Amino acid sequence: MEAVVRRLGVWALVLLASIAAIALTPDSGFAIHMGIVALVAVILIIATATSYDPLAKAQSIFKMPPGPSRYDDDVIRWGVIATMFWGLAGLLAGVFIAAQLAFPELNLEPYLNFGRVRPLHTSAVIFAFGGNALLATSFYVVQRTCRTTLAFPGMARFVFWGYQLFIVLAATGYLLGISQGKEYAEPEWYVDLWLTVVWLAYLAVFVGTILRRHEPHIYVANWFYLAFIVTIAMLHVVNNLAMPVSLLGAKSYSAFAGVQDALTQWWYGHNAVGFFLTAGFLAMMYYFVPKQAGRPVYSYRLSIIHFWSLIFLYIWAGPHHLHYTALPDWAQTLGMVFSVMLWMPSWGGMINGLMTLNGAWDKVRTDPIIRMMVLSLAFYGMSTFEGPLMSIKAVNSLSHYTDWTIGHVHSGALGWNGMITFACVYYLVPRLWQKERLYSLRMINWHFWLATLGIVFYASSMWVAGITQGLMWREYGADGYLVNSFVDTVAALHPMYILRAVGGLMYLSGAVIMAYNIWMTIAGHQRAEAAMGDTAHDAANDRPLARPLAPEPAE
Amino acid sequence: MTAYETLRHFADSYGLAVITALYLTLCLWHFRPGAKPHVAAAKHSIFKDQTDGE
Repeated sequence: MEAVVRRLGVWALVLLASIAAIALTPDSGFAIHMGIVALVAVILIIATATSYDPLAKAQSIFKMPPGPSRYDDDVIRWGVIATMFWGLAGLLAGVFIAAQLAFPELNLEPYLNFGRVRPLHTSAVIFAFGGNALLATSFYVVQRTCRTTLAFPGMARFVFWGYQLFIVLAATGYLLGISQGKEYAEPEWYVDLWLTVVWLAYLAVFVGTILRRHEPHIYVANWFYLAFIVTIAMLHVVNNLAMPVSLLGAKSYSAFAGVQDALTQWWYGHNAVGFFLTAGFLAMMYYFVPKQAGRPVYSYRLSIIHFWSLIFLYIWAGPHHLHYTALPDWAQTLGMVFSVMLWMPSWGGMINGLMTLNGAWDKVRTDPIIRMMVLSLAFYGMSTFEGPLMSIKAVNSLSHYTDWTIGHVHSGALGWNGMITFACVYYLVPRLWQKERLYSLRMINWHFWLATLGIVFYASSMWVAGITQGLMWREYGADGYLVNSFVDTVAALHPMYILRAVGGLMYLSGAVIMAYNIWMTIAGHQRAEAAMGDTAHDAANDRPLARPLAPEPAE
Repeated sequence: MTAYETLRHFADSYGLAVITALYLTLCLWHFRPGAKPHVAAAKHSIFKDQTDGE
């Protein structure tokens, strides 16, 4: 009882503070954000004081198995649902902004213009879709590989729900025009502080679970997860060092200025790619690919070399985002050289993942989940080849600021991160909801081909668009003047932008099919369908002939 | 020498040597004599739990 009263007191204080902030702030966006915080406090007060339990209600909607399972899987189930939800939201936002670029009339001022929806799209797919997938899979993998339950179950729940609050504050902030203007680090100071608290709690849960493991060795997937958590904490704190204008307003100013600010931003930005979208997802690869294939990873030693090479090389590659800028030339060259060196461990990791299927390649035909994993590894290889190529200064002078970059990012994000996440969700759902199998394997096949074709449309149209743009921008006439105005290049790209939107739409429709498949699996249905890769067998003819053939006469 | 030059000189000499040595040690550690059974055990450890704990 005393604990309940104390908790109620804390929530009431939060509620009062947020109401005071709403009353005192001159900043309407900040007031709306404090309104969201107040709403959360009200829900917590109701849930603490009355018998109304919104979480239990929601758990019954999603048919989560009641009672304790051997492992602490509740928060993982929530993570899987959040991954699906934010994935659809983020992909939808992406298709919308792709359509805006092709048809500018779709810029609905002010809340839904390109400048505001674009960060909504990037954050929703990277941090909400990818982040929830990483949260869910890391909690799943660390428990299974350490043969123990989560160290701080309450804190793990706080991490999940706190992270959702971060996403909601970030996403609504973009639409309201609250932004630091730093790519992939747009949320303002108070949201950054909240994320820091959540992230340190995540670190505590993960490290705590590793410390109480019953398995002598820490499996390599956990190394990748830990590197991801630790590095993101460091990157996030340093890049977001800022001074708020007022404690009752959203605006803040960065602690750095000029090229130092730019370098810090791209040190952050590139390592967000390296440690969020690469190390974290490689952790998924190193656990779920061997599990789904039923074979151990091809070379454990190669996975360790892969790990340390990424750790030691990635952190230096950021300056390649600032070629031909005010950044000192040696720093640009350093970034380029380390980016090119990264090619080798990346391909080592790709080969390690693909060779895991050695002797089980037939599964690519019969198991659509394995097929997704193989495709994701292929795209990991392709985008980690394209990246070093684009970081070379001569190539970068053509590719930088063009749509080639967008194509590159999406071959990595849609191909590698998206496909490995989908495969992991397909792997997890029947296990987490204790179902015999997924609703439909053939629907995964549809998802696979829609997504693959969508990526092909997306990447190839952006290659053409990017190189067209780069060549048109640099074209000089005989008199030394530029031949094309900017708007000429935009007009030339219009068909490519439409093709890109079509590719995005195909990728989104694949994800919609997946959501239906997952929903029906959770609801406990199984689709009646022909098995994948049935072996042809003609029983009528599979018998010895009645009479032996007459022997042929000798020559 | 300015602080920048001092730090830069350190980073380009001892710092670089220490980081390279650390990197090579960490990579080659699992190739040390007698490491083979440990690596094999770790490699197969994810299959001890065939029923996924459910």
